[in-house]
Amino acid sequence: MLEGLMLGLSAAVTPFNLIMVVMGCVIGTLIGMLPGLGPMSIIAIMIPVAIGIGDPTAALILLSGVYYGAIFGGSTSSILLNAPGVAGTVATAFDGYPMARKGQAGKALTIAAVASFAGGTIGAILLMIFAPALSSVALLFHSAEYFALMVVGLSAIAAFAGTGQVAKALMMTILGLMMGTVGEGALSNMPRFTFGMMELQSGFSFITLAMAMFALPEALFLVMNPARAATGDSGKITGMRITGAEARSIAPVIGRQSIQGFFIGVLPGAGATIASFLGYAVERNIAKGAEQEEFGKGSIKGLAAPETANNAACTGSFVPLLTLGIPGSGTTAILLGALLALNVTPGPRLMTDEPQVFWAVIISMYIGNLVLLILNLPLIPYIAKILTIPRTFLIPFILFFTLMGSYLGQNNSTELLILVGFGVIATILRFADYPLAPLLIGFILGTMLEDNFGRAMQLYRGFGFLLERPMTLALLVLAALLVVLPSFRAYRARRRAEGVADGD
Amino acid sequence: MALDRWIALAFIALCCVYGYAAFFTMDDLLPPILQRNPVWPSTFPKILTVMGIVVGLIVLFTPKPSGDKAEIKDGTIDLSRLGDYHVGQAIGLLVLMVAYALTLRPFGFLGATIGFLVFGATLLGERRFHVLIPVAVIAAGSIWYLVQEVLGIFLRPWPGFLM
Repeated sequence: MLEGLMLGLSAAVTPFNLIMVVMGCVIGTLIGMLPGLGPMSIIAIMIPVAIGIGDPTAALILLSGVYYGAIFGGSTSSILLNAPGVAGTVATAFDGYPMARKGQAGKALTIAAVASFAGGTIGAILLMIFAPALSSVALLFHSAEYFALMVVGLSAIAAFAGTGQVAKALMMTILGLMMGTVGEGALSNMPRFTFGMMELQSGFSFITLAMAMFALPEALFLVMNPARAATGDSGKITGMRITGAEARSIAPVIGRQSIQGFFIGVLPGAGATIASFLGYAVERNIAKGAEQEEFGKGSIKGLAAPETANNAACTGSFVPLLTLGIPGSGTTAILLGALLALNVTPGPRLMTDEPQVFWAVIISMYIGNLVLLILNLPLIPYIAKILTIPRTFLIPFILFFTLMGSYLGQNNSTELLILVGFGVIATILRFADYPLAPLLIGFILGTMLEDNFGRAMQLYRGFGFLLERPMTLALLVLAALLVVLPSFRAYRARRRAEGVADGD
Repeated sequence: MALDRWIALAFIALCCVYGYAAFFTMDDLLPPILQRNPVWPSTFPKILTVMGIVVGLIVLFTPKPSGDKAEIKDGTIDLSRLGDYHVGQAIGLLVLMVAYALTLRPFGFLGATIGFLVFGATLLGERRFHVLIPVAVIAAGSIWYLVQEVLGIFLRPWPGFLM
């Protein structure tokens, strides 16, 4: 591990990469604050830039910087305006906004910054410990197990979508898988489902799809419903100091939530959103008497818990991505796509083939968290100013960036028409409350899923591998259970639907 | 019928089309040597078709949990009052995006982009053209510089007949 760390240090601590970390954090924070633009949209917008860099280490460092920055930025708008920019920071607004209203906005932002820093850093340490262990186990996997594992991942994403949403999420996953089969397959070079169109020969571009699924509907929602972007005046931000007693009371919360958030982040499909809600709920249940009453009215514990948990979960979601090559959330799915475009295949071989990429990312996590803390504490009052950009300027620019992002990937204006078409479809799907992250994850995993499925079929001359390899069978049973159990429980309980379906 | 069921129905229809292509048309093109393979290019789509139709039917026929409508979150769109929202502006922007796609080549990057930003903002109600036009020009110019010079991706800046 030590030599890995040294390798990472030498790869990450170059002037260029340090600039990338700083740039990523700044861009992520600035855009993450804008209501509606979550890490997924921002990373999708940044991908052409990252691919343009060419060096996978620098690109991944930039994108992960953007990721933490976005989560952190989202908490700023949650606290100041009660307008969470990101699903993962909705729970932050529960106690952050009441604090801001009581005139403690500065303190709330400081607690958020410190809690994010601690969550991210502890998460990075855990990642460093668990990822190598997991990836050595993963080396024992064959294509049959990979196939089964991806099925588990996809069904976990559907299963965690929330009560009453499982079937819808599953439907979106299958739609994504179907879209992944368009174009020339890997098994044979036969074009499939292209309807004779040259543009579809190489399949849909994943950047276009990512933009169309997230950035475009969000921008259209902002147009249609101006209340969504409710901009208020940022007001005066004073009194950023935390007292010693306060620090002592939030320290155990931060400790617990870093670990809990990390492990929730590791689970495919759970991600930062679930981690933050669960973190908030757990801390409220643990708190005693008067402190419990305080939750929802401006409790510092209630603010620290989701902030720590969502950052730790962001780090945790890198574990399945880097060790198994399976993205657990929409954001890591986009990262996976970017990595594939840079000719790096995340997975168990990553640690042996390109250890510098893996370790540089871990080191950049420490640096990124530190940069966020140093950069953002003094800048907090100024950062809030971006929220006053009038939407008449903001929305055309967001749309323009989505157009640019998909144009630069292919250099083809047909791509822009595809973008608009899918954007309209995605908006309609959003109207009907269909989760879109499973679609994108299905699309990205689809090709790999089919590859491994085909390879297993060829090795075992048919479906025999399902029964001959016990681990495959066990994983597939697990996948089936994951899908069936929540539906079964929902059927029995038939309680009110939760509204946490949005991916992070 | 609620919108999500219409979507489920459309999805089932899509599965049928997709499945028809997978089951009946794709295998004809397969060279005989590949037909000895245990897995064909159409195998995976066939499985997807079956699963898709099953899941689509489940969504179509699952009863809605009662009391679902109680909480309408702040900032979400309530479809029953669609008329209250600025749907026209959203459609206008979509048309503008299509126009951008069509004019990008003939007008060049700078012309199309400045046009898109200015018209987009005007559509949303911006009338301060003395601010808007300089902002659009500077943004288009600096993004062109960034893409062309820094990232090295070719973007034709001027209309086609000029260069």
